[in-house]
Amino acid sequence: MIEIKNLNKSFGDRQILFDINAQFESGKVNLIIGQSGQGKSVLTKCIVGLNEPDTGEVLFDGRNFTQMERVERKDIRQEIGMLFQGSALFDFMNVEDNIRFPLTMFSKMSKKEIQKRVDFCLDRVNLNNRNKLMPSELSGGMKKRVAIARAIATTPKYLFCDEPNSGLDPQTSIVIDNLIREITYELNITTIVITHDMNSVIEIGDTILFIHQGKNWWTGGKAEILKTTNPEILDFVYASSFMKEIKENMQSSK
Amino acid sequence: MELKIRTILAIRMKIITNIGLYFQMLWVVFSKPEKSKVFRVRLFDEIQQIGINSLPIVALLSTFMGGVIALQTASNMDSPLLPAYTIGYITRSSTILEFSPTIISLILAGKIGSNIASEIGTMRVTEQIDALEIMGVNSLSFLVLPKIMGAVFFFPVLLIFSIGLSLVGGWIAVTSTGLASTETYVFGLRTFFVLSNIGYAVVKSVVFAFVIVSVSSFNGYYTSGGALDVGKSSTQAVVNSSIVILICNFFLTQMILL
Ligand SMILES: Nc1ncnc2c1ncn2[C@@H]1O[C@H](COP(=O)(O)OP(=O)(O)OP(=O)(O)O)[C@@H](O)[C@H]1O
Ligand SMILES: [Mg+2]
Repeated sequence: MIEIKNLNKSFGDRQILFDINAQFESGKVNLIIGQSGQGKSVLTKCIVGLNEPDTGEVLFDGRNFTQMERVERKDIRQEIGMLFQGSALFDFMNVEDNIRFPLTMFSKMSKKEIQKRVDFCLDRVNLNNRNKLMPSELSGGMKKRVAIARAIATTPKYLFCDEPNSGLDPQTSIVIDNLIREITYELNITTIVITHDMNSVIEIGDTILFIHQGKNWWTGGKAEILKTTNPEILDFVYASSFMKEIKENMQSSK
Repeated sequence: MELKIRTILAIRMKIITNIGLYFQMLWVVFSKPEKSKVFRVRLFDEIQQIGINSLPIVALLSTFMGGVIALQTASNMDSPLLPAYTIGYITRSSTILEFSPTIISLILAGKIGSNIASEIGTMRVTEQIDALEIMGVNSLSFLVLPKIMGAVFFFPVLLIFSIGLSLVGGWIAVTSTGLASTETYVFGLRTFFVLSNIGYAVVKSVVFAFVIVSVSSFNGYYTSGGALDVGKSSTQAVVNSSIVILICNFFLTQMILL
């Protein structure tokens, strides 16, 4: 479980996050949703320490991460898998080496075991036999999938995914969503997923945190989010005509 | 007026904080590598990238440099009292003491410095450095240490190579123009030879290697923004490392020669 307490963050004079409090439970897919530019990515970066919060605390299963020194943080970092919004593949390594990298650095597996794990992870994201391609030879969606494979390679205890299915076709999106849900349940991971995609919200959102204007505006489950009357959430959820239609159908069938 | 003083103060503060940040960076760079095997692979990569790949430009530059030094010396020797072997003597002295260590380093600051800053800067703006940090890798030590070690190790090799070719360049220039014979030139090369001067040049090249790599890495690592800023960092890296080289050169010359 990851807990956030009274987290504030500004860049210069501009405050981005205001007094965020949240809990992300293990074995569940925890979503962070919200409009573009509201501070979702900054929040996740504050949680993992890539941005230092101005005030507030982040606890990983009770371990106070914010107060740790660089060296102590390393142990927790090795339990984190993260998918960045822009994939962030190492562009001087091929697909296979990207996924292999965290394993060679930190696991005690033999070469053979590592290779097996790499192939297994590539298979999970439907990218078998693309081992030797360089990141520059991949499409945006393929990069994303390799990045997911890299994030799950070390079987992390905490998984962060910043927009895992932006730029993916609907079918692959569902594959990725299912993959995230499966490994979360299977390995009892604390998973945090940032998304804009209402499909994912309905599919995998065990708990949902809605960030608006840098505040945690609303928390709840996927069943609640469809019933809420909060105007900002209604705007977000029913932004597409598709969702509007669903809502109208639901109302007319009542 | 007040505004001007304030901007000057602000600039000065920025320089001081940057110098502080630079030494802080070095402290993190020189922590123990996570995996010595991975470090070794990276080190050989960097020796290839920084060292071996610089051989052609160093060769070209040194040969022409030696040729020009020899011709310049010859054309300035009007006095019949100066023996002809002075050409060899001066070519050797200036090559070893100044031209090879300093000029080569300045040229390499342009080639290697911009390369390093844009490589690391790109990794910064595309979040690859964040990705390393998230895995628990010490990104500074992982990226920068092999570069520094590789350069510090290989610059003396480049230096000796450069000195050799510069002297050959001088020889080609004087013999092909008929300014001196091979015997006279070589005699000049061997006159009043002080071995410790080579040591002095090696010290210089090691210091300059360290400066180029660490300063450019610093500029690359602390890039923020996008592709445009990577370009700026890379230019800044070349400017900064050249300035630091010139300053270090002055003090080293003073310290060692006087
Ligand atoms: N390093 C930074 N320096 C200054 N401002 C920043 C920085 N990173 C983010 N911001 C600002 O913080 C705000 C929130 O950005 P963030 O990336 O968290 O948005 P987001 O909710 O993830 O949006 P999106 O859904 O588009 O990814 C933005 O207004 C952005 O300008
Ligand atoms: Mg974002």
